[in-house]
Amino acid sequence: MEKTLAFWSILRKDIKTYYLKPPNISWGIIFPVSWTLMFFIRSGGAVDIKGILPGVMALSVLFGTTSMLAVTITFERKKRSFERLLLAPISLNLLMLAKTTGTIIFGVINGFIPVLFASFLIDLSGINWFFAFISVLLIAVTSTFLGLFVAVSVSEVFEAQTFSNFFRFPMIFLCGLFIPLDNLPVFLRPLSYLLPLTYGADLLKLAVSHRGSIPVWLNLLVLVTYGTGLFLISTYNIQKKWIY
Amino acid sequence: MKIIEITKLSKNYGDFQAVKEISFFVEKGEIFGFLGPNGAGKTTTINMLTGLARPTSGEIIISGQDGVKDIKKVQRIIGIVPDESNLYDELSGFDNLVFCASLYGMGRSEREKRAWELLTRFGLDDAGKRPFKAYSKGMKRKLTIAAGIIHEPEILFLDEPTTGIDVKSARQIRELLKALNEQGTTIFLTTHYIEEAEWLCRRIGFIVDGNVIKVSHVDDLLREAQKENIIEFTIEKTSAVLKSSLLERFPGITIKKVSDHSVRIGSTEKIELMPFMKFFAANSIKISEARIIRPSLEEVFVKITGIEIEKLKAENEGKKKWKKL
Repeated sequence: MEKTLAFWSILRKDIKTYYLKPPNISWGIIFPVSWTLMFFIRSGGAVDIKGILPGVMALSVLFGTTSMLAVTITFERKKRSFERLLLAPISLNLLMLAKTTGTIIFGVINGFIPVLFASFLIDLSGINWFFAFISVLLIAVTSTFLGLFVAVSVSEVFEAQTFSNFFRFPMIFLCGLFIPLDNLPVFLRPLSYLLPLTYGADLLKLAVSHRGSIPVWLNLLVLVTYGTGLFLISTYNIQKKWIY
Repeated sequence: MKIIEITKLSKNYGDFQAVKEISFFVEKGEIFGFLGPNGAGKTTTINMLTGLARPTSGEIIISGQDGVKDIKKVQRIIGIVPDESNLYDELSGFDNLVFCASLYGMGRSEREKRAWELLTRFGLDDAGKRPFKAYSKGMKRKLTIAAGIIHEPEILFLDEPTTGIDVKSARQIRELLKALNEQGTTIFLTTHYIEEAEWLCRRIGFIVDGNVIKVSHVDDLLREAQKENIIEFTIEKTSAVLKSSLLERFPGITIKKVSDHSVRIGSTEKIELMPFMKFFAANSIKISEARIIRPSLEEVFVKITGIEIEKLKAENEGKKKWKKL
């Protein structure tokens, strides 16, 4: 009961405090919205909107979660209010789950913003919504923990945003979001298969346009493994670096 | 009864040993002062006691529990007020307190009642709904202390509670701490302000270069220091020749140059003023003031730590770094 109360309090506080912070708005909301509009409006009828929808959704989740984490963790760490949480009688794992849940929810909401825009332009029937939700959720979890890994490694919010861009932007081109993996140069393909978003995007493609190329079980396995691994590494890093 | 017991506690950062096998205890219900210059190891010690730093070696027992292995159990009964007011800028004073209470599992009505109670007690009830970022430094400090005691801890750790705030707020905070202690809370306090420690603390531990060099009752420290009689003369100019002449004329005294215009003469015997007046007159040195100095805890601190008061004050104000003499 006490653990649940602490969990919800941290989650509620983060949502209330950070969802509308400037870095979140610019990187987490404005950027994905602009990106979506750029594809949907500027491309007109030349682009298969349903075809690119999974990619845009995945990017919205990726940018939303990693931006939010940079704020909720790095900002609090910088202001030393994170110490207050470390000194509370709650386990580090519970604390980090509470801190990341707000981000996961933010990522999922962000992931469906492109769907909202697309609904005005095309017929969205035929999409497996349950599967699409699970895919977005898994991408949100994995990219949140990727963001957590970055947030724990830096000390300034701008560093977190910059560091995040080192993997966010290459992922746009390497994860099969807009360029199919088979069309990538052979020497880049192994790199694609190392990135978790490749598997998340494939799941989404399957849900939205039924065009996945990797077995579902493998997508799920890789995403869960990545998520768990990154969470464990991040909490280990916090224990090593922040509990001096 | 001992509520905190520290045995051979050490903390290393690579090759640097910040805290060196320190041992001392804090009694239940007392205000224990932990004094020392910057970089002496005060904050590192507090961090180890509260779970923000892992000891390299040694033992911590807090209220009968292992403070190293069972730190999460210990954190339930301690409150912490860090040297920086680190509450959430975006939340109101009331919401900050309610949030902190929820981390200790307090129910909704209980935490809201306690939050208003503390806001009223700390004179912040009018500002309770204002965001924390709109508070003055003194108000922020008070709210940070309120957050530290929201769950009614047995022990409260305070790191420099009055540094950087105005005199009125500092006085209010000292009064609040005294009242809190009278209600049974044990307080572990670090401060740069010696007079604050003298006024608040029952016992004091001195830490210098990671070593606890003395732990004693404030009364005993003062009694020991006041065994010496001191007179301070304000004169035209001090000199090395003057010092040697004084020592020659009055063997057994101690002489300390305070500034270019003042000198302190000390003795375990009672000091007669007239012979000194005559001595200065015979040497054509004009005296503008002669006053009896009653050694305070500041003098004790200087004697024990070797840190000059002027340098300590400058350090307090952040004007310059201290240098060990």
